[in-house]
Amino acid sequence: MSAQPPILQVDLLTKSFGGVLALNDCTLSVRKGTITGLIGPNGAGKTTLFNLIAGAEKPTSGSIRFQGRRIDGLPPHQIFHQGVVRTFQIPRSITTMTVLENLMLMPPNQAGERIWNPWLFGSRVSREEEQHYERAMEVLAFVDLLELRDDYASSLSGGQKKLLELARTLMCDPDLLLLDEPGAGVNRVLLKKLAEKIEALSSDLGITIFLIEHDMDLVTRLCNPVLVMSEGSLLAEGSPDQIKTNERVLDAYLGGQYR
Amino acid sequence: MQLNRLATPLVLLVVAGLVIGLPAERSRDFDGTINFLAIFATTVAIYAIFTLALNVQWGYTGVFNFGVAAFFLVGAYTAAIFVKPPADPESSVRYIGGFGEALSPPFLGGDQWVPFLVAIFAAAIASGILAVLLAVPTLRLREDYLAITTIGVAELLRRIVIQEDGLVNGSRSLIGIPKPFSGYFDADTNRFVYLGIAIVVLAIVFLLVERAIRSPWGRVLRALKEDETATAASGKNVYAFKMQGFVLGAMLMGVGGAVFAFSRGSIGPTTFDHFFATFLIWAMLMVGGSGNNWGAISGAFVVWGLWTITLQLNGYDLPNVMQNRIFFIRDFLVGALIVTVLLLRPRGLIPEERRVSLWLDRRMRRSARGDPVAGNTP
Repeated sequence: MSAQPPILQVDLLTKSFGGVLALNDCTLSVRKGTITGLIGPNGAGKTTLFNLIAGAEKPTSGSIRFQGRRIDGLPPHQIFHQGVVRTFQIPRSITTMTVLENLMLMPPNQAGERIWNPWLFGSRVSREEEQHYERAMEVLAFVDLLELRDDYASSLSGGQKKLLELARTLMCDPDLLLLDEPGAGVNRVLLKKLAEKIEALSSDLGITIFLIEHDMDLVTRLCNPVLVMSEGSLLAEGSPDQIKTNERVLDAYLGGQYR
Repeated sequence: MQLNRLATPLVLLVVAGLVIGLPAERSRDFDGTINFLAIFATTVAIYAIFTLALNVQWGYTGVFNFGVAAFFLVGAYTAAIFVKPPADPESSVRYIGGFGEALSPPFLGGDQWVPFLVAIFAAAIASGILAVLLAVPTLRLREDYLAITTIGVAELLRRIVIQEDGLVNGSRSLIGIPKPFSGYFDADTNRFVYLGIAIVVLAIVFLLVERAIRSPWGRVLRALKEDETATAASGKNVYAFKMQGFVLGAMLMGVGGAVFAFSRGSIGPTTFDHFFATFLIWAMLMVGGSGNNWGAISGAFVVWGLWTITLQLNGYDLPNVMQNRIFFIRDFLVGALIVTVLLLRPRGLIPEERRVSLWLDRRMRRSARGDPVAGNTP
């Protein structure tokens, strides 16, 4: 495993919001082909790290390299085009569109997104829509949302919205998936399914997955290695079993800093 | 449920009935009524161009343009100076441009249509340039900043027109704007010719908007209207798409301004006040259904219909209390209509389509009918 080069390399990344340091010289890496877990107490800077990697925010200092190229400071859509696709902690699907169109929105560089094509080359746009439709139907079958394809995304349950988020990312062949708490708010039955889907993405499609999760069962089942963040930087790294017995990790979770 | 489905056709029918019935009943004159209706329909068609344009900006892109008047004004004046002959230096009438004769080729009755066609494109381009200038500093900010900016610019342009009276004749108004094909027909017939032109322009604008909106392009717009962050995370260049939506809408408003200028024959700074040139258009879009092109057109019809009907009422023997206050009652009625629609039908008479993509819409309708080719379960 360690023979694989890192697909994502974060070096001395710092982000401050006014006087608050959300990330403080954070250095970590994600290796290609792994499902890497990211855990840590609330306020450790996990979501901030994801926001910086995905370009939603700009770092104060430090660098982020994806497949060897600097991506820090690029706008989110450019990072997306490099193959880094994210989901949000609170699902952010487009609730005023149907499930199918949420998926069909995703494929990058659609000809139909350039305004002159719908005007002048309608048949080309139709052919492309057909392809995206077929693919969306496959993805929906994969996440078991086929029945709901023509419903507004707003009508889905919390767990189904999480599945929809995952499904959206599968429309665009990502190299690296950033999943922010994919299991939060998902019921037990659906959670098991979700875990299977995530595993299948990694083993069948070879997508590298970097996920934030609080549910230790899910982390233990899916992730190796697990990274632990605390107070804006990396605290520990190792297999789930190593992490569970790590003294410093337990301290961080139990509020050791106040002892 | 049944009533709910019938509400929209019912409203449209009642308004149509009153718009036709009241003048017919009052004048008892066929020709007069038809002339009245031709003018009414022309105005509706012109307003519908604006509501369609605003629908691109607000209904789809979610860009808050509260200065429709600015683009209306630029389009109308640009078109006017493109079709008018040059200003006579001897007279007190002063304006720039006056390209009408220069643009008239000496064949195929060129002076009857070529300058007008060029003027419509020029109006679209001028409004588009204004939109780009406004968008560059404001479009990255929250949507209310653009709303404030556009209100300000609309007023500013009106002031410039008044103060710089060498530009487009200031507050003395620009009169005698030629009409297309006016050399071929007498004034009465020309009214109908002009109605035809307005409808053709409306139809072209409708097709352009409908095809653009109900495509992957429009899908990105609807997505970013709801959630810019999620749309950016979906790999879309939010700023570029917002810019395109805003500029396309502005260009179509320029077209609307041009058609308006030809139809009226005279325009002045008071033509473009906030009520008629911005507020009424917003009211039309809200009432008709923001996010739906058919809704936008219906809204133009219903609101302008009501506006006309209330003036017709004044011809009847109303009590003095009402007669004296009819103009305020009109404002009140339009306000009441908006409130009623927002309460009963918050999404307008014809709400947003469920599916953005026209291709997908057809596909899903086919499979809903159980067409074996489309297949319900693959």
